[in-house]
Amino acid sequence: MAIDFNIMAGGEAGQGVQSVGAILARTMSNGGLNVFADQDYESRVRGGHNFFRIRISDKEILSFSRKLDILVALNRETIDLHSGELKSNGVIIYDQEQTKFDGQGKIYFNVPLEKLAEEKVKNKLMANTVAVGAAIGLCGYDFDSLASVLRKEFIRHGEKIVEDNVIAAKVGFDFAIEYGANKTPHKIKPIADAKKRMLLHGNEALALGAMVGGCKFFAGYPMTPATSIMEYLADKGREHNVVTVHVEDEIAAMNMAVGAAYAGVRAMVATSGGGFSLMVEGLALAGMTETPIVIVLAQRPGPATGLPTRTEQGELWFALHAGHGEFPRAILAPATVEEAFHSIIKAFNLAEKYQTPVFVLTDHHLATSYTTVERFDLSQVKIDRGDLLSDEEAENLTDYKRHLVTDSGISPRALPGQGKALVVTDSDEHDEAGHMIEDGETRNQQNLKRLRKQDTLSKEIGAPRFHKVPDAKYTLVGWGSTYGAIKEASDALNSDGIPINVLHLSEIWPFPAEAVASILNDGTKNITVEGNATGQMAKLIRRETGHEVSGNILKFDGRPLSAEEIVARFKKEGF
Amino acid sequence: MVTVKDYAESIPIAWCPGCGNFAILQALRKALVELGLEPHRVLFVSGIGQAPKLPHYTRGNIFDGLHGRTLPVATGAKIANHEMVVIGIDGDGGAYGEGVGHLLATMRRNVNITYIAHNNQVYGLTKGQASPTSDLGFVTRTTPFGAGQPLNPLTLALASDITFLARGFSGDIEHLSGLLKAGIEHRGFSLIDILQPCVSFNHKNTYQWYRERIYKLEDETYDPGDKVDAFAKALEWGDRIPIGLIYRKERPVYEEQLPVLKDIPLVKRRISPSEFEGLLDEFM
Repeated sequence: MAIDFNIMAGGEAGQGVQSVGAILARTMSNGGLNVFADQDYESRVRGGHNFFRIRISDKEILSFSRKLDILVALNRETIDLHSGELKSNGVIIYDQEQTKFDGQGKIYFNVPLEKLAEEKVKNKLMANTVAVGAAIGLCGYDFDSLASVLRKEFIRHGEKIVEDNVIAAKVGFDFAIEYGANKTPHKIKPIADAKKRMLLHGNEALALGAMVGGCKFFAGYPMTPATSIMEYLADKGREHNVVTVHVEDEIAAMNMAVGAAYAGVRAMVATSGGGFSLMVEGLALAGMTETPIVIVLAQRPGPATGLPTRTEQGELWFALHAGHGEFPRAILAPATVEEAFHSIIKAFNLAEKYQTPVFVLTDHHLATSYTTVERFDLSQVKIDRGDLLSDEEAENLTDYKRHLVTDSGISPRALPGQGKALVVTDSDEHDEAGHMIEDGETRNQQNLKRLRKQDTLSKEIGAPRFHKVPDAKYTLVGWGSTYGAIKEASDALNSDGIPINVLHLSEIWPFPAEAVASILNDGTKNITVEGNATGQMAKLIRRETGHEVSGNILKFDGRPLSAEEIVARFKKEGF
Repeated sequence: MVTVKDYAESIPIAWCPGCGNFAILQALRKALVELGLEPHRVLFVSGIGQAPKLPHYTRGNIFDGLHGRTLPVATGAKIANHEMVVIGIDGDGGAYGEGVGHLLATMRRNVNITYIAHNNQVYGLTKGQASPTSDLGFVTRTTPFGAGQPLNPLTLALASDITFLARGFSGDIEHLSGLLKAGIEHRGFSLIDILQPCVSFNHKNTYQWYRERIYKLEDETYDPGDKVDAFAKALEWGDRIPIGLIYRKERPVYEEQLPVLKDIPLVKRRISPSEFEGLLDEFM
């Protein structure tokens, strides 16, 4: 029987829930197990209710599960909210004295977290490290793996902090071994000689991918759930030649990135819907001036401020239509953390090759969820800067035309300051040389030249994922981060004797209409599964292919879709 | 050797006859020639309006962007290639209206760019509406009850700790050209606010009106290093209007503090995916 083990750590903001969860997740991942971990938190700094949910398996996992084996409750509210999610043999680790709660029955495992922390390291704040140790002990997992993760996590705070954390974890671990042995039947062990893999969340994959893909400039204003991209680039950019500017607003962010890209560096912005709204005018500027720019749009529920710390897929149409006027663009919507890394590298290549804006459309769920992935193979990364003139070519170019009309629509690109070439561009309609014009004929030539780029760009869009099973009567259709839940839901339905295909798009625009139409016209009933209220993908499919789907499973309460929920709703709706 | 011819462009000019912009263009060309800057080393960034058309009437690299967004574009380009001389050009609408937030931020950052604001106290391109610097009570089709309290760009700049602030007059090319030269040579952000008559829509602040009032700070005993004195000069308006260098100080330049830009311009950094193996290790 495959391992499918789920741990949740819950508590209020400020109690270290994220830290507990991340350490547990990394300890399991380092032991060769697959981890998927998602986070749920509120728009506040202290108090409220947060949780960090970790799924662990020896098989590939793409999503979370709501059936818990261990609940680490750092406060009473966590017990009240989540004890119902425990499997029949699940266990709650909690501190009776601190929560003022006396749990009766086999599921409750009282660990005096604060008392043990106070006794052993004279620091009550390390109660959560005691809890981590207790959880690891209760799993029957290996303590040394945990100790090495703690070392790596805390070494920046000094040797004393590392030692205290290891001692605190060990006392929790020993307590669980001594008093919790009869609590749970599950024993998970590290896999011997497992290949070392990475554990990271979507934003880390995007930031890392951006750097690997040659991003040299980032301008931004903090906004959940995009902020950690900027923080990572600001931190690592010092060593790796990336400039990050924390600007006055998103209008400046977009225009500054456009300025940097015009001057020749790979540049990006990352924000959420509200911030992107401010960037939209600058997006059109990039379209008009044919400036390569990468936009990470990390969706959260709207309209307006919406639910700032939660997830949604409500901005597909916004990304598709943002900006005044008509200009080419590409939209990539990675399905997984691993794909996020590759998508953003592709985004930079497409942006420069087609000299136009490219989106990486993500959401809070992908941005903040951790997944175990194979180490990225950097030797396979291809950088394609498109038709960029070499320094030698630009050196003595005296009659350069930045917007030269070509069959492909792509004009050879020189950079300002690169040589004698004068690089002239304008947000006004312009002639080939970049100077503003008024006449209709030149306007038509330039507008059509820009739009022609979309034709070749459409050939760069990869085929959608299609998982076909024999005798399927249904096809679940999704896009972006919901892939994992949809795929696991289809696996469960297939096991239940309901054969069902999955069609998933992670490269959405230019729309792969032919591929999608040929799959959907196979006689199955098509149901889109989307994290929005209006079925934006269903409508896009109809618009681009004429094909009308049979139904939707939509979710827009700010919480991610789980496989379990998709299965339940599929059965309930009776499509 | 660079001559005025290098900055000559044959594109027909879309300004009104008698517009102050012609003199500003002439002064700018003169300054660039005297500085010995070849056009390909210069980047003009501008926005929307009559004044921001100026780059098209001379030669250089040009990014003519959106209304009010000149300074973010200029900053991004300067950071990407700090070897370029970057000059921003806007009218009072772009500089002090739509783009005023970016102006404040750029002055605080002290990016090494020069910003030229053609200040004629009225919107020309959209045909005569009030601007942020229009006189109190200025009646136009969009302000039938009169414009509100005018913005004083000079006190605003001083309050934002600008490092080079000057005011020129489009009726004095020689003097203006000197200010532009000094602004371009200044290490850090320089704002040159230029008093400029609008012959079509501003019938009050005419050449004649200015000539009766302006005086040059160089002709007085004045220390542009004293901020309190600078505020006093910045507040002076009416019978006597000062032009010249209002304020100058040394302060660390934004891009010079970025360690990444220390050795070579960012644009010259190669892209090499293999340099990131160490970062992958951190996730293992």
